[in-house]
Amino acid sequence: MARPTPDSGRPVIIVEGVTKRFRLYDERNQSLKAAIMRGRRARYEEFLALDEVSLEVLEGTTVGFIGENGSGKSTLLKCIARILRPDAGRITVDGKISALLELGAGFHPELSGRENVYLNGSILGLSTKEIDRRFDEIVEFAGLTRFIDTAVKNYSSGMYVRLGFSVAIHVDPDILLVDEVLAVGDEQFQTKCSEKFAELRANGKTIVLVSHSLGAVRQMCEQVVWLEHGRIRESGDAGHVVDAYVRVMHEGRDETSGRGARWGSHEAEIVAIELLDAHGNPTANVRTGDHVTIRLHYRAHEPIPRPVFGVAIHTLEGVHVTGPNTREAGLVPEKIAGAGHVDLEVGRLMLLPGTYDISASLVDHAALHFFDYHQRAYRFDVGPGTPHETFGGVVSLGGTWAIRSEEGSG
Amino acid sequence: MSSVGEVLASRDLWLNLTLRELRGKYKRSFLGWGWSLLNPLAMTAIFTLVFSVLLKQDPASFTGRPSGMKIFALFLLCALLPWNFLSNGMTGGMYSLVGNANLVKKVYFPREILVAANVASWLFSLLIELAVLGVALLGFGNMILPWLPLALVLMAIEAGFVLGIALVLAVLNVYFRDTQHLVGIVLQIWFYGTPIIYPLSLVQQHLSGAALKLYELNPMSQFVKAYRNVLYDLRFPSPATWGYLIAVSAFSLVVGATVFRRFEGRLAEEL
Repeated sequence: MARPTPDSGRPVIIVEGVTKRFRLYDERNQSLKAAIMRGRRARYEEFLALDEVSLEVLEGTTVGFIGENGSGKSTLLKCIARILRPDAGRITVDGKISALLELGAGFHPELSGRENVYLNGSILGLSTKEIDRRFDEIVEFAGLTRFIDTAVKNYSSGMYVRLGFSVAIHVDPDILLVDEVLAVGDEQFQTKCSEKFAELRANGKTIVLVSHSLGAVRQMCEQVVWLEHGRIRESGDAGHVVDAYVRVMHEGRDETSGRGARWGSHEAEIVAIELLDAHGNPTANVRTGDHVTIRLHYRAHEPIPRPVFGVAIHTLEGVHVTGPNTREAGLVPEKIAGAGHVDLEVGRLMLLPGTYDISASLVDHAALHFFDYHQRAYRFDVGPGTPHETFGGVVSLGGTWAIRSEEGSG
Repeated sequence: MSSVGEVLASRDLWLNLTLRELRGKYKRSFLGWGWSLLNPLAMTAIFTLVFSVLLKQDPASFTGRPSGMKIFALFLLCALLPWNFLSNGMTGGMYSLVGNANLVKKVYFPREILVAANVASWLFSLLIELAVLGVALLGFGNMILPWLPLALVLMAIEAGFVLGIALVLAVLNVYFRDTQHLVGIVLQIWFYGTPIIYPLSLVQQHLSGAALKLYELNPMSQFVKAYRNVLYDLRFPSPATWGYLIAVSAFSLVVGATVFRRFEGRLAEEL
């Protein structure tokens, strides 16, 4: 993490040379009998989850930890939350900390919602008096006023999560640690979470976020720490670090699998995929609302009658955003031969900030025969542009708002 | 590492977790709290039948002095209830970390609270059971009211003793899951090695010297003796007994807390 400059906020989390090793036991279940027979506990190998990590988190900032699975980002979060104890190094936390690692931790299914609010609240560090004061607010936020005296086991999973989130968020910590919990619940609930986080950030709370969703990280965080094999690979400005991360992940994929999967009979090939900006220059970084062109360069080794070109766009999480093709657009040439290119011109790119993959296909008219198919062959980033939306999602509708008062309604 | 101050600051959590144990224990059961009383009653019926009716023990051996009470069932319960507290607290406390693995892995709070809450819930059960026993004792002519404060002090000392053992067993059970089997066997032996279903005088007839001393060093024989003194015999336990009980309770707590501190750091990953 960047060292604080004199005019920046004070550090509220200081991590100094933290090392954490996990023991991987040879046998799954430890038994007293086996230990006594052997004269000691089971043999184990050590796994270095964190290797002398040092960083500072400044007051009022939102910081994201990113990295592949096993990179140590969740371990670091748990060390800061004091759930895990580092083997070496020191973590100093200044302020009341609350970790949102699991919603509704410690809920007892047989007890009522009311009883569980008190139980869960005190587990998260609230006193009974503090819960008394916030109780109505908690229940109202969860939208469970009618069901608060019902046993929690009769709740739907959505209700359960809502109540858990509501209690956790009303702990009113100075520092909030979040591990992927934003990805639960229905759309409506997610929106509520996003709003609440925006409110917390506006109130100057410090948030540390672990997430696989680079879109969310890019959107919410000012600073990002990229962990790799238990060490900090890079840290600093969010956009910059996420870009670097995406680049390396992308390269890594190129080396190993040759840009995702590719198959087809190759009588004709798609030899290159490009994303062009408004000036016709190849790019991998565009903004919402930009004029872009997706260009597929082809080479037909023999004449191909009535070919169909298609592209598909997916998010990194695998959501299929769109999949247009030339046939459905009414563009069916009698045949192609030799080299050429096909353009998909997009006047206004309606993708919201995030990282996306383009797949491209060249098939026969009946879509039964694949000449060439590139799966997730081209990766690009969308940065914030116009329309500007910060509450998540994949696309903007590009709609127009209007508020009109009804005539005669005062 | 959780400090004493932190534990004190978690009083509300302790209370709420204890309430969870208590409310959860008998929810959705037909008799509710009645089960808590039914178990000692059933044991009393069985042991009374075996020892008092079939084996025909001499009533003199269970006559309270100076109270003069000669009811085997009550004599038995005065020891059985404190024993059950030990047995339940050890077993329940042992499972308190393993059973709450999800909490330990996801939230930070002083972990000893989980063990303490479980033991506290059994202490509360003991309180209820002793209250019912107290009414019975009163009904059969034992004026125990002036002795109740002493009984409460005894309970507090025993709670410390039980908590210390439970703390050790709770972490041991995290590292070695077969601890529970061992504890089951230990409890069996301990039960019959304590004058609960038989009077201490029986042992004194058969053992002597070092063997008897060893038998009396069993903290539970001293606890049981003290409870009987206060509730059944209506007399003040000897200063030596008090001293011994306070000492074992303090020792158990210190050992329990030390062992727990030593191993709590890796709990979240070992669970």
